[in-house]
Amino acid sequence: METLDQIKSRLTHALLGARLEIVPNESPSSQRSLLVDSEHARAVAQWLRDDPELCLDYCSNVTGVDWLEAVGKTKIKKTVVVDGVEKELEETVDSLRSGYLEAVYHLFSMAKKHGPVILRLRTENRTDKNHLPSLTPVWHGCEFQEREIFDLYGVVFDGHPDLRRILMWDGFKDHPMRKDYVEPDDYEYEPTPHDAVLEKAKKHQAQEAKP
Amino acid sequence: MSHSTTLTPTLEQRGFAAAPNYELLPKRGSSGDGELLEVSMGPHHPSTHGVFRMDVVLDGERVVKLKPVFGYLHRNHEKIAENTTYLASMPYTDRLDYFCSLTNNWAYALAVEKLVGLQVPERAEYIRVITAELTRLQNHACLIGFLLQDMGASGTPLMYAFREREKILDLFESLTGARMMCNYMRFGGCRCDLPPGWLAQTQQVVNETPRFLDEFERLLCENEILMARTQRVGALSRELAINTGITGPMLRAAGVNYDLRKVDHYGIYDRFEFKVPLGDHGDTYDRYMIRVLEMRESVKILRQALAAIPDGPIIDPKAKLRGFRPKAGEAYGRIEAPKGELGFYLISDGSPNPYRYRVRPPSFINLTVLEDLCLGHLIGDAVIILGSVDIVLGEVDR
Repeated sequence: METLDQIKSRLTHALLGARLEIVPNESPSSQRSLLVDSEHARAVAQWLRDDPELCLDYCSNVTGVDWLEAVGKTKIKKTVVVDGVEKELEETVDSLRSGYLEAVYHLFSMAKKHGPVILRLRTENRTDKNHLPSLTPVWHGCEFQEREIFDLYGVVFDGHPDLRRILMWDGFKDHPMRKDYVEPDDYEYEPTPHDAVLEKAKKHQAQEAKP
Repeated sequence: MSHSTTLTPTLEQRGFAAAPNYELLPKRGSSGDGELLEVSMGPHHPSTHGVFRMDVVLDGERVVKLKPVFGYLHRNHEKIAENTTYLASMPYTDRLDYFCSLTNNWAYALAVEKLVGLQVPERAEYIRVITAELTRLQNHACLIGFLLQDMGASGTPLMYAFREREKILDLFESLTGARMMCNYMRFGGCRCDLPPGWLAQTQQVVNETPRFLDEFERLLCENEILMARTQRVGALSRELAINTGITGPMLRAAGVNYDLRKVDHYGIYDRFEFKVPLGDHGDTYDRYMIRVLEMRESVKILRQALAAIPDGPIIDPKAKLRGFRPKAGEAYGRIEAPKGELGFYLISDGSPNPYRYRVRPPSFINLTVLEDLCLGHLIGDAVIILGSVDIVLGEVDR
């Protein structure tokens, strides 16, 4: 199979304007992935599926990943005047990376028996701009898996034929796979609670005692 | 029915071809007055193989719409795994598809080995192949038993299958200490070596299996009721199967030659000679027959593996049990589990817990096509089609 760099260069020629980026992977698996912007994601997926050389007709695994806001450290060189002498100093600056949700697609080819090619789509943030284009029209197999991401991560897939919760019940609020999810304080307690659970249980029982 | 699902668009609206054979079937079973009946089948219906529900809309007896509803066993397996260490999730993978705990173990171990770069010793690879093929044998035998049970052959085929499964579970018990929740594989190998005499015992079970298969096939394969209930029922086309990401025996019954043991050659599967049975029509009978034939192939693999298993270590000496912290990165590992492609996707951020742990459950994804298979068939056939998909709710709901 072609390398990811070759696929990327062919894609940029075929689909003008698509913003593509290769996400590195330093683990021994060396499965790198292709980050695609949401506007062109559907077109890129279609191209990958229909390209006669790649023929990625099989979308195996679709999954969400939640990346919280994180502080990245970058080093910046600065020239400072100390006692009338110019000196070059290195300074680490904290840069805030905003959080986002990710959908990862593992693509294989049943016809050519190769793969995987990994696609990544990212939302702009984790709150209001959480929309991504659905790839279910390209691969029917994404249907339930995208519903699962919608259910557990709260990514809204535009163009999905039947976007509902799938594992949690319909009236459920919030998205339990998110990293900052806090479980509701209404589970049944251990018969002999201690430490933090005891505190919780006491609070809970006090609330229950109120009419 | 108080369930608040919305009506779903038809297949044509979703951009797919109509269900195969819909027009070919005689228009039996329709009430003719166009009145529809909505039935909620399950979650405690005996034919649903666990707590699984189908919201079916019927025109007379004919299925017009079918929506699978599940999640009753959902415990957020993935979140639990993200909150524990890598090794601590190993026993929990047993509970996914509780019929095939050893293949679940293998898939998870394979993904972690890809993430860390561990080499599995030869002997451990052979043990993995032997246990995985035994798992496949008992899974397929039981599936056929349950399928026949759904058709009304109450007891006999299922008991025949369970009698055979019992022998294999005894082998698992003497090897791993548990009959179903084996928790046997480790990253880079296996937990313990074979007990003395285990290979001879296994050889004996494997030698007896063809006799069981002959008997099973004589009993079932040309049974008139089985043929009448399954042939031309729930046919799946090649194109739809590939596009929907169907894997395992269901895909091969539709005639697509895609078996990960041949495609990926994971483990040491390139050393064994075996065939990949393929179906012609993709109907329920083909799905049944594929499993019968795959059991024969598994016996072939088992014979070769038992003859060639070498001595040696059973775990990579570099594998660490304590302080296991993979470097940041990600990996996707997959194997051919009895129900289809079982994959694990792991993202590590360098901490002892996986940042992201994802199971690609084959029977969950194979259910995507259930509605397409059942449309136009009778409600009684929907039960059999579901049985031939081979689902285990521990894996579907996770």
